[in-house]
Amino acid sequence: MTDATMTPESARPSRSLIHEDARTKKRNASERRFRAYGIAAIFTGLFFLVALLAAILSSGLPAFRQAVVEVPFTLTQEQYDAAEKALLKTGIYTDYFVTSLTQTMESEGVEIEFDEKAIERLLGKVGGDLRKFYRANEDQLEASVSFELAAASRVDRYLKGTFAREDLQSGNRFFMPEDFDLIDAMRDAGLIKQVFNWNFLTGVDTGVDNPGGAGIGASVLGSFFMMLVVLVLSLPIGVAASIYLEEFAPKNRFTDFIEVNISNLAAVPSIVFGILGLAVFIQFAHLPQSAPLVGGLVLTLMTLPTIIISTRASLKAVPPSIRDAALGVGASKMQAVFHHVLPLAAPGILTGTIIGLAQALGETAPLLLIGMVGFVARYPGTFVEGFIEPNSAVPAQIYNWAARSDAVFTEKAWGGIIVLLLFLITMNTIAVILRRRFERRW
Amino acid sequence: MGTKILMGGIIKKMLRQETFMSFVKLTTSALALSAMAATAAVARDQVQVAGSSTVLPYASIVAEAFGENFDFPTPVVESGGSSAGLKRFCQGVGTEHTDIANASRAIRDKEIKACAANGVTDIIEVRIGYDGIVFASQIQGPEYTAFTPSDIFNALAPKVMLDGALVDNPHTQWSDFNADLPATDILAFIPGTKHGTREVFEEKVIAAGCEATGAMEAMIAGGMTEDDAEDACLSVRTDGRSVDIDGDYTETLASIDANTNAIGVFGLAFYENNTDKLKVATMSGVEPTTETIAKGEYPVSRPLYFYIKKAHIGVIPGLKEYAQFFVADEVAGPDGPLAAYGLVSDPELADTQQMIADEETMGSNS
Repeated sequence: MTDATMTPESARPSRSLIHEDARTKKRNASERRFRAYGIAAIFTGLFFLVALLAAILSSGLPAFRQAVVEVPFTLTQEQYDAAEKALLKTGIYTDYFVTSLTQTMESEGVEIEFDEKAIERLLGKVGGDLRKFYRANEDQLEASVSFELAAASRVDRYLKGTFAREDLQSGNRFFMPEDFDLIDAMRDAGLIKQVFNWNFLTGVDTGVDNPGGAGIGASVLGSFFMMLVVLVLSLPIGVAASIYLEEFAPKNRFTDFIEVNISNLAAVPSIVFGILGLAVFIQFAHLPQSAPLVGGLVLTLMTLPTIIISTRASLKAVPPSIRDAALGVGASKMQAVFHHVLPLAAPGILTGTIIGLAQALGETAPLLLIGMVGFVARYPGTFVEGFIEPNSAVPAQIYNWAARSDAVFTEKAWGGIIVLLLFLITMNTIAVILRRRFERRW
Repeated sequence: MGTKILMGGIIKKMLRQETFMSFVKLTTSALALSAMAATAAVARDQVQVAGSSTVLPYASIVAEAFGENFDFPTPVVESGGSSAGLKRFCQGVGTEHTDIANASRAIRDKEIKACAANGVTDIIEVRIGYDGIVFASQIQGPEYTAFTPSDIFNALAPKVMLDGALVDNPHTQWSDFNADLPATDILAFIPGTKHGTREVFEEKVIAAGCEATGAMEAMIAGGMTEDDAEDACLSVRTDGRSVDIDGDYTETLASIDANTNAIGVFGLAFYENNTDKLKVATMSGVEPTTETIAKGEYPVSRPLYFYIKKAHIGVIPGLKEYAQFFVADEVAGPDGPLAAYGLVSDPELADTQQMIADEETMGSNS
């Protein structure tokens, strides 16, 4: 048998360790080529990563700064009472503010021709903020209060340099060419300035005509509550299922069938879970629409296979000698698993769980179907309401903003991506720290 | 029971590792709370709206202002297209179903029947105003400054009139059929079929062009019934020169950005927000502005609606107030925030206000 492949000793070419023969050269060359491919692949990956990060940061960081109009403003009791009687109360507050700002500008010596319409164009939607402040602080009536209120989106973009004079061919009711001079004059008078946009981090979504006021805070909270539901449900269920399958279940056709199905479930497109969630949780179980609870349940279904697969892999990686030793000194099977195998597998389980959560965090498609992609503009009142009140999620909010016509919303969508990335990095850091802490080598 | 022991085992083991302690406490308390939440009554206290992506901007403006001006919670508004919104609206009566459907076209008989089949019988139709549809292209692009419905039809229909006969559309450049238009390749991004905008585009532009060029007559002369000819008049060519956009106008804008020669279909408000990137074409010599649309001079405009489920008034707090607020003079009137964003206000707004006050349903006055 082996004779056929054996080469007679005499026919073998003489070899030297110092001089490479042709075949060795060829092999070495192909190895060098392979290394070059590998390095090229890594650099291509790195290039895209850097390009992506640069694009995200350059487009998204401006969202964290905002042009504001800073003016001292006094509201009288009379004005307050009159405004509260109107239907569109915020509109009246805006009018008061415009009038007051016009007077301030005259006294500050802004020497450019302007009318109240121009001031209105340059202001964001200030009425809502004003009314909220005075409703909460009625004692501030008649007193001079210094407000920092969002300027209109074009003012914001002009100060950030993304909207220049040459971009404007002709004016319309949103902006007129002469408004540029007015902005310059107001900036010189210290009435308009750029500040860090805290509202972007703490605020809620706004209507399309108020890009300056939009914030991602409520949707971050929505994502947080969803992740809480996912963690609380998928970790115990996933770990219990994998421990049973790995340590206790008999090996037969039925468990094989289950295993194959779990692997397949991990590859099911997420939108399918969204349809399932709509049919089961909302239409059958009558859970509230647009609620993080339902979103969390849907994402739990999506995350379970990931967690089960990674948990089983880390259970498998625990050496059998550990189990044998435990059983050998008289531990029951359950004691062996819970006292010895599970603690050793914990770092792997945690990593798998957090990867699963991170995947769920970025998911938009299933949320589309259960009504979480929409206009939701408020914070939940209490902890329990956080689960059942309608809310959005960070990726859904980004998707929403990216579809709006005002360029400041697009900027905020990029800013939202930065927030999402920070959220993810935090989760991954926790995973790394936990892993380091509990990892045991043998 | 089994899971309890199992969980207990995990917790006991983990409790020995101190770092886990707080984590486990948090987990168990959150588990208890979420279970509570799941069993709590799911009574809804905010208005739930779904529907047209054209109406969404206006609805979001009103929803935000409603939350700011009333003590009711801010309504939740979802988009997804008129048809999708009406479909969800028609799924039934009850707090798990939406209260209002936004639509950029009137509800169809078929949909009213579908609604009735699910017990949604009393529907209040509210017309909020008008929206113009404009044809725009890249600001530095070719001189697409004046179109007529016939031009669009000649460019985008599958069959056109050429030398008195109906032939498969041979046009590849705008100048092929109108010497006043630039000699550039035909490429148009039009709203996809799930958008209400598509219907207006088909009826007010393509069908109008079909009649004006005589293609419709030729179809009837060729043996088609009038209904078939009307339907045939609504189709667009499928050889890649007309591209359906199923997403929002932002997607159309991105496509226009990437194609110098292309024209796109936008809502008036969207165009006015992006005048630094787009230039608009006149239609039959009329420039699209809120004034020309309000006067009815600009031919491609359409009414926008929302539909209220009457059975939900009194059940969902703030529903009627939201509807009344939406069409109030201060909001939907010519000086209101909706007009400021680009909605052309309805001259018959007073009738609409009265109708909501009386909760007058569709078909009740006929």
